[in-house]
Amino acid sequence: MAQHNPWPDEGNTGHIWDEDLRELDNPPPLWWMLAFYAGFVMIVFYALYYPTIPWTNSHYEGMSGWTQVEEYKEDYQVLKDWRDQKFAQEEEQLAALPLKEIIENDELRTYAVKTSKVLFGDYCAACHGAGGQGNPNFPVLADDDWLWGGKVNQIYTAIEKGRIGNMPARGMMGNLNDQEVEQVADYVIALSNGNGDDPSVSAGKAVYQKGMCLACHGPQGKPLAPNGATNLTDQIWRFSGERDEVIKTIKYGVMVKKDGELIENTRQAVMPAFAERLPDADVNMKRLAVYVHSLGGGQ
Amino acid sequence: MSDHNQDPNYDATHKSQLEGVDTSNKNLQNIGVELLSVHTDGTVHAKRMSGRFRTIKWIVAALWLSFFIGPYLQWDGRQAILFDLVNRQFHIFGLTILPQDIWVLAMMLLFAALALAATTAVAGRLWCGYACFQTVWMDVFTWLEEKFEGSPKKRERLEEQPWNWEKLRKKLPKWAAWSVIGFMTGFSFVAYFDPALDLWARLFSFEWTTTETVIILGLSAATVFFAGFLREQVCIGFCPYARIQGAMIDTETVVPTYDVDRGEPRGRMRRPKPGEEAPELGDCIDCNLCVAVCPTGVDIRKGQQFGCITCGLCIDACDSVMEKIKKPKGLIRYASLAEFAGKPFKPFYKRPRVLVYSSIMSLAAIAMIWGLMTMSPIDVKVLHERAPLFVQMSDGSIQNKYYAKVVNKSDRLLEAKITVDGPESMVYIVDEQINVVPGTVGTATLLVRIPKEDIEQTNTPIDIKVQDLNNPQVYETYESMFISP
Repeated sequence: MAQHNPWPDEGNTGHIWDEDLRELDNPPPLWWMLAFYAGFVMIVFYALYYPTIPWTNSHYEGMSGWTQVEEYKEDYQVLKDWRDQKFAQEEEQLAALPLKEIIENDELRTYAVKTSKVLFGDYCAACHGAGGQGNPNFPVLADDDWLWGGKVNQIYTAIEKGRIGNMPARGMMGNLNDQEVEQVADYVIALSNGNGDDPSVSAGKAVYQKGMCLACHGPQGKPLAPNGATNLTDQIWRFSGERDEVIKTIKYGVMVKKDGELIENTRQAVMPAFAERLPDADVNMKRLAVYVHSLGGGQ
Repeated sequence: MSDHNQDPNYDATHKSQLEGVDTSNKNLQNIGVELLSVHTDGTVHAKRMSGRFRTIKWIVAALWLSFFIGPYLQWDGRQAILFDLVNRQFHIFGLTILPQDIWVLAMMLLFAALALAATTAVAGRLWCGYACFQTVWMDVFTWLEEKFEGSPKKRERLEEQPWNWEKLRKKLPKWAAWSVIGFMTGFSFVAYFDPALDLWARLFSFEWTTTETVIILGLSAATVFFAGFLREQVCIGFCPYARIQGAMIDTETVVPTYDVDRGEPRGRMRRPKPGEEAPELGDCIDCNLCVAVCPTGVDIRKGQQFGCITCGLCIDACDSVMEKIKKPKGLIRYASLAEFAGKPFKPFYKRPRVLVYSSIMSLAAIAMIWGLMTMSPIDVKVLHERAPLFVQMSDGSIQNKYYAKVVNKSDRLLEAKITVDGPESMVYIVDEQINVVPGTVGTATLLVRIPKEDIEQTNTPIDIKVQDLNNPQVYETYESMFISP
C-alpha cells in the first residue's frame, strides 16, 4: 500500500499497487442504487408472502399459503377429472353395447383391452399364464385353437358359465384294451403330423372308428362344430403330444368319475364359471372376452 | 511496492517483465496503463451522420422488421410461425416440431452460438455493432429522439432545463412514439406463442389472460426502458457478452482501430506564425468527431475497449474529416493488432480459432439439415409381446405378436398402412388401416406367422413399415425380430 497518495483528488480509495494501479471509487448512478435497495425491500415482501424460512421441524408457511405440492395437486385434479369423465363414458358404453359392436369399435376395443390386464392377471393368469401363454395342462389362449370356439361371444360364454372338459376312458364305450389304446395313440400322433392315411397306422384308424372317437372328434379327427373336443389334426396338444402322455389321456380319459369321485390318473379340465366370481361381472366379463379375443387367435 | 523512485538501486536491479517482450499490441504500448474510461456522466447524445457503416447499420436493422411481420404470415390455414407451448408443438411453416425433435432446435442454438464466436474471431463484435436488438432498438429510439427534440446540442440543453410544462411538452410525443414501438415489440413477441390475429381480437374485447397481459406490458415497458433510457449502459453494465469478447478476439481479429502511428501526435492544424516552426503533427486533428458520433460514448483513439461495440460509426466520422482535409481515409479503420505490428495478414483458413469455430458450426448445420431432411411426420416404435414371446399355432406355424406405436407429428389425421417384410412364407394380420389423431400415438396390433419348417434361427429379422396412405412417400421402417423356439 502506498504511504502517500500521489492522486489525492481523483477520488481513489487509497489502495495503490505497483506504483500506479489504484482502486477508484465510482459510485453507480443514484437510480441504479435505488433499484438495488428496492430489491432488498422486495425480498422482504417476497419472504413474507411465500413459504421461505425453514424452522427446525416445520417451516414458515407464508401469507399466501402457496405450496408447490398444492399447485401440482390442483393441476393433477384437472387431468384426473377429465380422465374419470372419459373413462365413465367408456364404461357406460361397454355396459350398454353388445360384444359385436364393442369389438368393431376401435376406441372401445382398445379401452377394453387396456383395462383388462389387471383383471386377467388376478382371475385368469394363474392357470392361463400372463398374456395367455398357457401352462402345462392348461389351454393357451394366445393361439388359434379353440375347444369351445374362438368367437368373442363363445369366449364370453366360457367365462360366464365356465367349461368342464370330458372324455371317456378307453373310448366311448370304455371297451378298448391296452393294445388298442396304443394303436389309436399312434394314429392320433400320425394325424397331428399329417400322416393319418399312412398304412402303418391303419390299425389305429380302425380302433378310432371302433371306439367311437369320431362322435366327438369328428370322422377326420376334427370336430364338426366346437364342442370341447380337441382338433386332432393340428399341431396343438391339449395335454401333451408325448406318446406316453397320449396313451395316458386315452386310458384314463378326462374328468372321468366313478361313484362321484374322479378316478386316479384322469385328466382334469375345469374352468370355473365367473358370472358369480368377478366383481361387476356384467361389464368385466365383456371386457375379458374382448381381451382374450385380442390375444392372438380370436376368430 | 512504493517509493521505488527514491530507491537509487531500483533501475539497476528491477526491470519490467514486459521489456523485450513483443506484445504485438502497439496501441496498448502507446496508451500505457491508463484506464480506459467509459461514459458515466449523463446520457450519451451521439451525433448522427451518414456514411458507409451507417448504411450497413440501417440495412441490417431493417431485417428486424421481419420480427414484426412474422406473426401475420399464414401457412395452410394457421399461423406460419407458432410456438404452441400448450400443445407442445412448434410450427415453422410446413414443419411441425414435437418434443421428440427438439434436438434440432438445440442444433440451431449451437449453430447460432458458434456463429457468434466465429464472427467475433474474424471481425469483432459484429453482432453487437450491427444486429443486436439492443443496438438496433436504441438506434431507432435515438433517431426518433432527434426527430422530436432536435440535434444532440439541443437535447443536452433540454436535459439541463428544470422540469416544466415546456420540457414535458417536448418529451411527451417522444415517449408516446417509444411506447408504440415498445408495445409492438412486446405484442409481436407474444404473438409467436399465441396466434396474433386472435390476440388482436381479444385485445379489443379486453379478454387477455393475466399471463398475456403481464408479459406483453412487461416486455413493452422493458423495451422502452432498455432502448430509451438505459441505452449503452446495457452494453457496458448488463450484457455479459461485452465482457466475454476479450477472450473471443485475438491479435488477428479486425476491429475498428485508430492508427496510432499515423495519427499521433495529434493536434489542430494551424498556420505557423512567422518565425515559428510548424509543429510535427500526425494526421489526427483532434476534432473529437469520432467521440461525438459514438453511441456508447467511448474514445476509440484509446484503443480497443469493452465499451466499444464495433459499430464502425467512428470510421464514417473520421473518413468524412479525412476527406475534407485531403488526407487518405482510414485513420480509423477495420484492422487487426497484428497488422499494426507489421505482421502479414493471415487468411481465415490458417487461423485455428476460426477453423475450430466454423467446423463446429458446420457440424451443427449438417446435423440440423440432416434432422430436418429426415424428420418424418410419423415416428414408429414396435414393441414385441413378451408374454408369450411366441405361440404355436394349429397349422404348425409360429406366431409373434407386436404392438406398433405410431406417433402422428403432422397436423392432420394420419391414415396409415402397416406392412411387414420378412421370409417369403411369412404371413401377417393387422388392421387394414390405422388412424392417428394429430399429436397423439396410435397403437396397432400386429400378428406375424412363419411356418416352423421355414425358420432357420431363433431370431429372424423382419422389417415393419408404416406408410401414410394419403402421402405414400411418407413412411417409416422399424427393424424388429421374429422370435421362435
